[in-house]
Amino acid sequence: MFEILSKSEMAAGTIIRFDIKAPKIAKKIKPGQFIILRTSETGERIPITVADVDNLGETIAIIFQVVGKTTALLRSLNVGDFIKDVVGPLGKPAVIENLGTVVVVGGGTGIAILHHITKALKKSGNKIIGIIGAREKDMLILEDEMRLLCDELVVTTDDGSYGKKGFVTDPLKRYISDDDSIKEVYTIGPIIMMKNVCKITEKKKIKTMVSLNPVMVDGTGMCGCCRVSIDNETKFCCVDGPDFEGHKVDFEELEKRNAMYLKDEKESLLFSVK
Amino acid sequence: MSKQDNKNPKVKIPRQKMPEQDATLRILNFMEVPYGFTSELAVLEAERCIQCKKPKCVDGCPVNIDIPEFIKLISEEKFDEAAKKVKERNILPAVCGRVCPQEDQCEELCILSVKDEPVAIGNLERFVADYERKMGLVKAPIISKKRNQKIAVVGSGPGGLTCAGDLIQLGYAVTIFEALHQAGGVLVYGIPEFRLPKAIVNFEIEYLQKLGCKIELNHIIGNLYTVDELLEDFNSVYIGVGAGLPRFMNITGENLCNVYSANEYLTRINLMKAYKFPEYDTPMPHGNRVAVIGGGNVAMDCARNALRTGAREVTIVYRRSRKEMPARNEEIHHAEQEGINFKLLTNPVKYIGDKSNWVKGMECIQMELGEPDESGRRRPVPIEGSNFVYDCDLAIVAIGNGPNPIIFHTTPDLKLNKWDNIDVNPETMETSKEFVYAGGDIVTGASTVIEAMGAGRIAANSIHKKLSK
Repeated sequence: MFEILSKSEMAAGTIIRFDIKAPKIAKKIKPGQFIILRTSETGERIPITVADVDNLGETIAIIFQVVGKTTALLRSLNVGDFIKDVVGPLGKPAVIENLGTVVVVGGGTGIAILHHITKALKKSGNKIIGIIGAREKDMLILEDEMRLLCDELVVTTDDGSYGKKGFVTDPLKRYISDDDSIKEVYTIGPIIMMKNVCKITEKKKIKTMVSLNPVMVDGTGMCGCCRVSIDNETKFCCVDGPDFEGHKVDFEELEKRNAMYLKDEKESLLFSVK
Repeated sequence: MSKQDNKNPKVKIPRQKMPEQDATLRILNFMEVPYGFTSELAVLEAERCIQCKKPKCVDGCPVNIDIPEFIKLISEEKFDEAAKKVKERNILPAVCGRVCPQEDQCEELCILSVKDEPVAIGNLERFVADYERKMGLVKAPIISKKRNQKIAVVGSGPGGLTCAGDLIQLGYAVTIFEALHQAGGVLVYGIPEFRLPKAIVNFEIEYLQKLGCKIELNHIIGNLYTVDELLEDFNSVYIGVGAGLPRFMNITGENLCNVYSANEYLTRINLMKAYKFPEYDTPMPHGNRVAVIGGGNVAMDCARNALRTGAREVTIVYRRSRKEMPARNEEIHHAEQEGINFKLLTNPVKYIGDKSNWVKGMECIQMELGEPDESGRRRPVPIEGSNFVYDCDLAIVAIGNGPNPIIFHTTPDLKLNKWDNIDVNPETMETSKEFVYAGGDIVTGASTVIEAMGAGRIAANSIHKKLSK
């Protein structure tokens, strides 16, 4: 059982942050790695990438958007409540090197994971250009934290309610056409966003890392639910990833596989309302 | 009738059949198929045993249960004593009585099988274990000699449980680390409820806990603690993590929606109880026409699960002939009884998807058997131009598992063999790292529950020898 030590609403009631007491995991987990949690005996196992670890190595932070039954259940938990199962660290850590200039591009709750990686990239001495975006102002998270870490930060919103109107890809295009010193792009967010970022960076042959979020069951390589095509080869995101070179990822396949259970998710939500 | 038979009238009793749920009924539920022996049937069956002076059956048992003795006790209606006799050697009798391939082990060597059918050793083992449990006669023995050495067992499958059980009874302090949220390994995520009720598995695990064994769930060794870190706290480590990486054929369309590995399909149903969706949250894979690729027990389990979750037609697609199928006869027989189709000498070459990327069919090729391969079975060879399309809306790939890499990632000095499994001395289960032992599927590749238990036992003996020096 894993105790929730703090809870905060990050955006419009739909993006929540929990700090969970998990000292064993906190001492081991590295940026880019994830955990799997289960809320109850009848619950499903869902993967969530860890957004931060406290300095004492006692707690892990997770940031999630309420999208289905499990995340709705999670939101209903409060400080002092327990999460039944948390297992981790899972997946391979992000590869962090001092490369020079790195652009980090995040969208939606992807910024939560990106933040953890950005922290590590900064620590190893990189110059960081940050681009973060959200649908609208109220949905934007971790702006202040990212501003602290990035040498430059651009914010976009789809509807123009805050920062620049448009998508994260717009400033990215500008940066990579102006700045030849950019060695790597790290992008985490909705599949469509990562796909479009990769399209832009591919033209300039800039290495681009993405963090993938397929459906998982066990998260330890045992079931193969999370298989993704990388360079036409099947990889298991849970043990080979979750980070991959974006230019090699078959995003269309991932999009379709992630849509596999939409009908079931609706049914599950309806059932829980009944 | 021969002279021998005259002298020994017991042989005349035919092998007793276990009553079982009717096939038309059972495909509508997840309840166990065989009901087990009644005590009358058990005694009758036990009386068939001729109590050989040099019993071969014991040699056929990977954990060397004193088979004639426990059968004798049954014939004397001392069922509880019989159960205790089995438990001296086997910590999971209710499990083994159900899932061991006895026909290739103890029963194959039974002398009766020369002229008649062998004694139903497996069914009798199951009977005494069930009797002991149902009558509330299970008692955890008091362990008199405690030792202060600590053992870490990685993986709570049958091998890990056996190793832990043996060592705890020798007085060691044992902790089992399990990556999933429930202990039991393949017994809980793999083998279906109708073949091995989960309540039985849980009961046997609780027994181990009563003996004093500690079980740490949600602990992924390799990532949370490395093997080296375990060695800082424990005197010895046993790795029994199973073959946890499903194989695929690497053919076109294998990642289409509704193409599953057997592991995922079974894990959803068994561990996550997806068949009770939406009461349980994990979605259940559905199909009307289901193809299961493979010919092992796992393939039979998948096929029979599909039937129980509403499939109209389920077909096993296997590249060799019925004779080469690795599944137990009993499992194939049960599958046939339930109406599973078999497309033998057939191999998929690609999956075909619809507009939204869901599988709608499978292109297959006919095979014929050529010369024997390394496994001694005749190698299947494709017949050119024999391709045809088989319509299916759910495909389950049940062609085995490779080794899971998580432990290896952080234990580079663990020597692997040419199949990338852990290299051990088969006499002792010692790995290339001192104080580290391994056994079961992570050493042999996919095998049986009882083989893993046998390896767990050998390792426990070696660990004891090493630490008590």
